[in-house]
Amino acid sequence: MTTEILEAAPAGTVAAADFDPRVEGQRLIKDWYAGLAEAPRRGQHVANVFVMGNAVEILRAFDFQLVFPEINSLQTGVRKASGEYIRLSEDYGMSPDVCSYVKADVGLMLKENEHPVGRIPKAHLAIASNMCSTFIKWAEIWERWLKVPTFVLDLPGQRATNWRVRPGDAQHAADSRWVEAQFRDLIEKCEKITGKRFDIDRLAEVEERVNQMVFHWNNVMALNRMCPAPYNAMLDGLTYIGIMNVYRGAPEGVEFMRRLERQLKAKVARGEGRVAEERFRLLFSGTPCYVSMRRLVELFETWGGVFAYSDYLTFAAGGMDAGELVYDTSRPLESLAEITALAAQRGLSNQFFAHERLEQQIRDYAVDGIVFHGIKSCRFVSSGMADTRDYLNKRLAVPSLYIESDLIDPRYWSDAQIKNRVDAFFEALNQRGVPPPGDRKTIAAEAGRAA
Amino acid sequence: MLTRLAPENEAELTDLLERCHAAARDNSVPGKDSLPEGFSGTIGHFPVYFPEEIAHAGGLLPVNILGGGNKLELKHADARMGSFVCSICRSTTELGLNGTLQDLTGFVTHPICDAAKHLAGIWSRNLPEQLAQILYLPQNVNSRGATRYIAAEYQRLRADLERKVGHVISDEALRRSIRIYNENRRLLRELYAIRRDEPWKVSCAESYLLMRAGTRMPREEHNAILDQAIDLIRHRSLPAQDKPRVVFLGGFCEQPPLEMLETIDDACFVVDDDLLVGLRWFTQDVPESGDPVWALAESFVERSAASPVQHDERKTKEGYLMEMMRSSKADAAILTAAKFCEPGLDEQLAWSKHLDQAGIQYLVLEFEEKMTSFEQMAMQVETFAESLLFALA
Repeated sequence: MTTEILEAAPAGTVAAADFDPRVEGQRLIKDWYAGLAEAPRRGQHVANVFVMGNAVEILRAFDFQLVFPEINSLQTGVRKASGEYIRLSEDYGMSPDVCSYVKADVGLMLKENEHPVGRIPKAHLAIASNMCSTFIKWAEIWERWLKVPTFVLDLPGQRATNWRVRPGDAQHAADSRWVEAQFRDLIEKCEKITGKRFDIDRLAEVEERVNQMVFHWNNVMALNRMCPAPYNAMLDGLTYIGIMNVYRGAPEGVEFMRRLERQLKAKVARGEGRVAEERFRLLFSGTPCYVSMRRLVELFETWGGVFAYSDYLTFAAGGMDAGELVYDTSRPLESLAEITALAAQRGLSNQFFAHERLEQQIRDYAVDGIVFHGIKSCRFVSSGMADTRDYLNKRLAVPSLYIESDLIDPRYWSDAQIKNRVDAFFEALNQRGVPPPGDRKTIAAEAGRAA
Repeated sequence: MLTRLAPENEAELTDLLERCHAAARDNSVPGKDSLPEGFSGTIGHFPVYFPEEIAHAGGLLPVNILGGGNKLELKHADARMGSFVCSICRSTTELGLNGTLQDLTGFVTHPICDAAKHLAGIWSRNLPEQLAQILYLPQNVNSRGATRYIAAEYQRLRADLERKVGHVISDEALRRSIRIYNENRRLLRELYAIRRDEPWKVSCAESYLLMRAGTRMPREEHNAILDQAIDLIRHRSLPAQDKPRVVFLGGFCEQPPLEMLETIDDACFVVDDDLLVGLRWFTQDVPESGDPVWALAESFVERSAASPVQHDERKTKEGYLMEMMRSSKADAAILTAAKFCEPGLDEQLAWSKHLDQAGIQYLVLEFEEKMTSFEQMAMQVETFAESLLFALA
């Protein structure tokens, strides 16, 4: 982890503004959906994008309204409606063994884009990166059904373990050149679709806002190295990540992240944690089960366990917290390619060598245990998870728990079974014992400063 | 397998096929002491496509790692991979963990799916002495710069292999390997032409065995086998049977059991398929002069086949299915997918919906490499074939 706290530690006098991240986050997401429903009436062009490798900066420079199909699908889960959408797609013929996000989206198409939060507009363009292979198959469905022009953005990922690519070295130059060539093609495509000329100054403006968001985001992540952790990465963090994606490069996103950081700093200054008594600091590996998101966190928090970090907050936020990822707005396009190539390797495709990142995060966040959440229908997250767990168990002797459910398919959430496993995990942690709260505070704070 | 061969060729062809079958059953790789002459190690690679010429030119025997088949018992992999991961990834992991693949010099996987990419991480954690990596073949071959990027990626691989073998892989060595592989692909095209034009002379299972033998022997040796086999097959004098002509899809990565192919052969002529399509990835010869790395990279962009795990704006999945059916004069399609194979399952549905619209008959089958019972499948295939024959009569 190379995130840094770039500003001085919060003074005790810093007041928490009247800012509730959850309420403000919900408002922003609601506004975004309202904007989507309005897009056709406004004559606005719409692009489908994913959370990993999406060239949002270019799309914003062309004023595309952004649809995040993954977020649409997870929202069906949050709103307890995913079962219906999945059932529709399986009735249509989709296999029970493929990504449930895709199936919810196919269900959405079969319902003529009627989503629990409103109508989702048809896209004029789709961007699918190779960071998750399913993105490409998903976009091919839109191509096939809806005739949506698709641009596959190929991002060269981390090739091997101990992969050390640095800005400007030969490997990074070769990879960046390839990404830049694709961006130039994408820009041509956007010009044809929108009828607008590409404005490089607009791109620089968007990048400047992304830089600011990433700056605050990194500080927000680092604040959870404090003990007690001011937020739960797998509950509060999910709101933050939603804003990070949906409002990436937008003024509202910058403002949210700025206020969030200030609010959390004030919490830290007051010594206020997410849970009343933080007894166990945990790392969560994987994605949430959105149909039981609150329940999952509750199972841990009742034992005083808080998720100080999750790798989900790295890869599902675009991988921008991986260090040195700041756009040089004096050369916007070249820099976009360079940073995109780095983020793909340091924050996204390093999922395939997850032990490296987790090993670092265990130290950075001074955690007492890791929770691995295997997702039945997500091979990107889950295929190497059990082996990673075995590797970390042997090398670091950090207690771990493996549970299994799904992203949004309610059929795979088995409450009693998961509760039993969680309870047994905490009983083992209790027997093992943890450092006294005072010591933990020092360890975590030092980890935060040393980063 | 067909047994009614012309008497003078029967023993020779049977012997060849038996050698190929034995090779297909053997999951091990040659150790230092048993390598073919001219090779100093082995590079294992996962399906679908891998530029074997680069390893071959460096004196590393390319071995296509095709899973464990239906004779392998999983003792380690079940604890290391979720139950929802496809069989080929799980059995490949097993072969890594149980020592069968311990003599590999390296293992390379590709961005064909996320489970396949995870194999590189599993390999690096468990077999750290091997060169374990992902060769990032692009999913966007339609952008300017694709050839240049692939050439750079191949040069990176070439440099990694050079470090491993301790000597330079020269352009001349690469051109020589390209010539050998071009000959191999030419012979495979010839084999498939026989399947298309005189399908009664060689079954899908026989063709598969002949092709698969090349996945773990030097291509020079494989060329000699193919050359001999094709000659023997051409001289077979078997009567044409009354069977429907079908294409088989879904065998691009996980391998269907041989018994499954034989079951289909019993009822149908399989006139084209996507089995081991990576070995036939180039539809024309790779240029044998000029920069050999560029020639391989450019061929990937300009002279390549199609598969469910390669996006290419020029080749829709429905488009290449229909082209396959047209060029092989097939009456129907058998659309298979390996269990838990996300791209395969997605494509199977897309193909079936397309054939519904086109009014073409098809049979949907799901398989696993580890399956051992084929009675139910045989009944399905027979019923399908009978309905086709009835419709075609």
